[in-house]
Amino acid sequence: MGAPHGGGPRGAGAPGAADAPAALEALRGTGAEIRDAGPGDAVAGVSPRWVALPGDTEQVAALMRVCASLDLAAVPTGGGTRLHWGRPPERCDLLVGTRRLNRILEHASGDLVVRVQAGTAVEDLAGVLAAAGQELALDVPSGGRTVGGVLATAAAGPRRLRYGTARDLLIGITVVLADGTVARSGGKVVKNVAGYDLGKLFTGSYGTLGIITEAAFRLHPAAPARCWTTVRLPGPESWADPAGVVGPAALATALAASQTEPSAVELDWSAPSGAVTVCALFEGPAADGRARAVQDLTGGHGPGEVTGEAPSWWGAIPGGGAPDEVLLELRVPPASADRALRAVAARGLPARVRGSLASAVLHVALPARTGGPEFAAFVSGVRDDVRPLGGRLTVLAAPRELARRVDPWGPVGALPLMRRVKERFDPGRRMSPGRLAEGL
Amino acid sequence: MTDTTGATPAPGPVLDRAARRLAAVLPPGAVITDPVRLRTYECDGLTHHRAVPGIVVLPETTGQTAAVVRICNEYGVPFVARGAGTGLSGGALPRTDGVLVVTSRMRRVLEVDLPNRRAVVEPGVTNLEITEAVRAHGRYYAPDPSSRQVCTIGGNVAENSGGAHCLKYGFTVNHVLALEIVTPDGDVVTLDADDPGYDLLGAFVGSEGTLGITTRVTVRLLRAPEAVTTLLAAFESIEQGGRAVSAIIGGGIVPAAIEMMDALAIEAAEAAVDCAYPAGAGAVLIVELDGPAAETALRSAEAERICRESGAFELRTAAGPAERDAIWKGRRSAFAAVGRISPAYIVQDGVVPRTALPGVLADIDRLSAEHGIRVANVFHAGDGNLHPLVLFDDREPGAAERAETVSGRILDLCVEHGGSITGEHGVGVDKARYMPRMFTDDDLDTMQLLRCAFDPRGLSNPGKVFPTPRLCGEVPGVRRGAHPLVESGRAEQF
Repeated sequence: MGAPHGGGPRGAGAPGAADAPAALEALRGTGAEIRDAGPGDAVAGVSPRWVALPGDTEQVAALMRVCASLDLAAVPTGGGTRLHWGRPPERCDLLVGTRRLNRILEHASGDLVVRVQAGTAVEDLAGVLAAAGQELALDVPSGGRTVGGVLATAAAGPRRLRYGTARDLLIGITVVLADGTVARSGGKVVKNVAGYDLGKLFTGSYGTLGIITEAAFRLHPAAPARCWTTVRLPGPESWADPAGVVGPAALATALAASQTEPSAVELDWSAPSGAVTVCALFEGPAADGRARAVQDLTGGHGPGEVTGEAPSWWGAIPGGGAPDEVLLELRVPPASADRALRAVAARGLPARVRGSLASAVLHVALPARTGGPEFAAFVSGVRDDVRPLGGRLTVLAAPRELARRVDPWGPVGALPLMRRVKERFDPGRRMSPGRLAEGL
Repeated sequence: MTDTTGATPAPGPVLDRAARRLAAVLPPGAVITDPVRLRTYECDGLTHHRAVPGIVVLPETTGQTAAVVRICNEYGVPFVARGAGTGLSGGALPRTDGVLVVTSRMRRVLEVDLPNRRAVVEPGVTNLEITEAVRAHGRYYAPDPSSRQVCTIGGNVAENSGGAHCLKYGFTVNHVLALEIVTPDGDVVTLDADDPGYDLLGAFVGSEGTLGITTRVTVRLLRAPEAVTTLLAAFESIEQGGRAVSAIIGGGIVPAAIEMMDALAIEAAEAAVDCAYPAGAGAVLIVELDGPAAETALRSAEAERICRESGAFELRTAAGPAERDAIWKGRRSAFAAVGRISPAYIVQDGVVPRTALPGVLADIDRLSAEHGIRVANVFHAGDGNLHPLVLFDDREPGAAERAETVSGRILDLCVEHGGSITGEHGVGVDKARYMPRMFTDDDLDTMQLLRCAFDPRGLSNPGKVFPTPRLCGEVPGVRRGAHPLVESGRAEQF
């Protein structure tokens, strides 16, 4: 393994190459399927030695106990679609795949609640719920993502405007900690304030606190009708100087404040100079009328096109998801979205920008061929521009030769507290160490 | 590591020294040590738990709050934050050996940012004041606990408060965008929903003051809905009302609120506020829908039809705000109203899956008959949140104990049905002993890891939420002699 080891010297009994057969035997003793890792199993460029596929929470706990006794570092994975996101782990002996944990444990349709194992594919769950006229209102991009992976990466889609993100829909969680402890919090009722909400803590934790094995969510009735209104705006050079046109921020602010109650207001833009597409989703029994009612809010950009189908780019993360993708997340207070987009345009790179305009949470994809110095200048330049607005730019995925040039997060005031949480949950630094941020 | 392992010095001299240090960092009059004035803070809304605080402080700024916490650390004395003291689980019960940090002098609305749909307020601002500050602009703050006229946003954050409309709109945690907190060791930290990494903001909300003190809150503002329809439906029985609730939810309708009251609760409300609900009702249901006018009109017609089909013998639809208030008046007065029909009562708060409501209500009936204790049922029917009011005569020997038994058994029913021991009132001191009925030792120990990360010395609101907290650094399962937190009076062992 080429990755540096963090967290001080490894404990006595750590398996060198000579101990590998013993470790393998101990891992097999848990009952989980174990195989040697292949090239497709690398975690942000770091190859594990083995892959484990446990069949239930107890096997996950047994694996973690073996890892604890042999000081093996473990990284959990679901569909494996985001293994190249985040930072390389400081060390990685075992990849723990949750794909066999794919049962829907309980769908209480009358209670609008579902309990699932973490390896359940988002599409599979959606199919079961749709048959009952319900949905988990987390329209994350399709393509093999699992419930656990969605939680661990805090993924969200366009309708975050109306329904919030994973943390707002999660009502209960089961996790396995680094020492094999199985812990639950929340439950299967929506209204519940008993004890700490560990689900919140694990949402966005990138496998650094433990392994999510089960989750319970609140559901929503599927909307009887959906309509989209699409408006096209010229590029940023024409926005809102006295003679200019209404920019996307003003448009989104007007839409979000309007009584038509859009469920989402999304943006798609080819930076630095392309036209900007803004598209709003309306759901519910009167969706069509509401989609048409916003046509006078479009600020002189024409009536907008009302369709019964989403545009092809709807909800898709730009950049394509290849292992060498360069993907960032840009957040600003929504009213400052124009200035954030101008900050991107000012760097002159051919970026694809897409995401929730009304919440101003946008993905920015740069070409894979972007050079290191260009990338570093882009990150620092955009950060300098958005920081005074209260915004932030986070690197989600980048090849190592780019990532090493920048601080992926920028300053985060709560980072020392996060490190204290990590130290308590994983004092041996065996759970995806360093994958989320330095020290986490 | 911790100051709690050795013998704790007698509180008196330590508190005296701490009080002098506090007076040096706070404005004149912001440190209260006079026993008569201290007594006014001896309890919150759960009045049968009382403790006179050692010292009360009234900081005016974040900096002063942080200074107070640092002094508490210096002297090793526990501290408890308190907003308006309306909590119903004893979460703000003071410590006789500690400092009560009252946020009532931090009550400015600092910023209203309409384009970004948010407001920044100090913790002592009341829930309703936020809405009042933005109402003229057609905005409001959604969570609406029934104490909203007096309860503070800081307290709402600590308790993750809900309210009647959380069925559609969610709880405090879904409406807080950022917090400035003073950590239990006196640092000032901002927890922001836009931060990458662990959702410490989400974990802090609802932690009942055990992870630090909130000093500034950024809340989400919603547009006031275009239309609101409030429907009152009267049924002969609670079963019929329950069927209507299931059919409404099953029909794909998400009302803003669905509230139910049984005959005894109606009787109390009539006695107290003369709410003139339909005579002879075994249950009334309040269904409120809001949103775009076109959608609301369709949905309310549907809800009305469902109520009729479920057996409603009378339906009233509020024609305007005055009629809406009249419908809500009985429901809002229900807790206090039972005082008219019973000398004493316990307000319980538990949750069951909505579909389990009919069975659980029948079980509560049985418990009531078995123990000779009347129970009035008021509940947020849409999310299965029960508020049984357990009535008893405190002059009758043994009645309080029987009421306590019935109240506790109701929580058992909630847990047996996969529900929760509290939906919105919190655990506090009141329900810490019930936590093991809902969670295993491993669950509670794991929650304790979070506590220890924030508060390794156990100074921030100790004795709340968790039964017999482990000391940070203690190995599970190994305990000898008396628990030091118990010995020093910081925790109770159940």
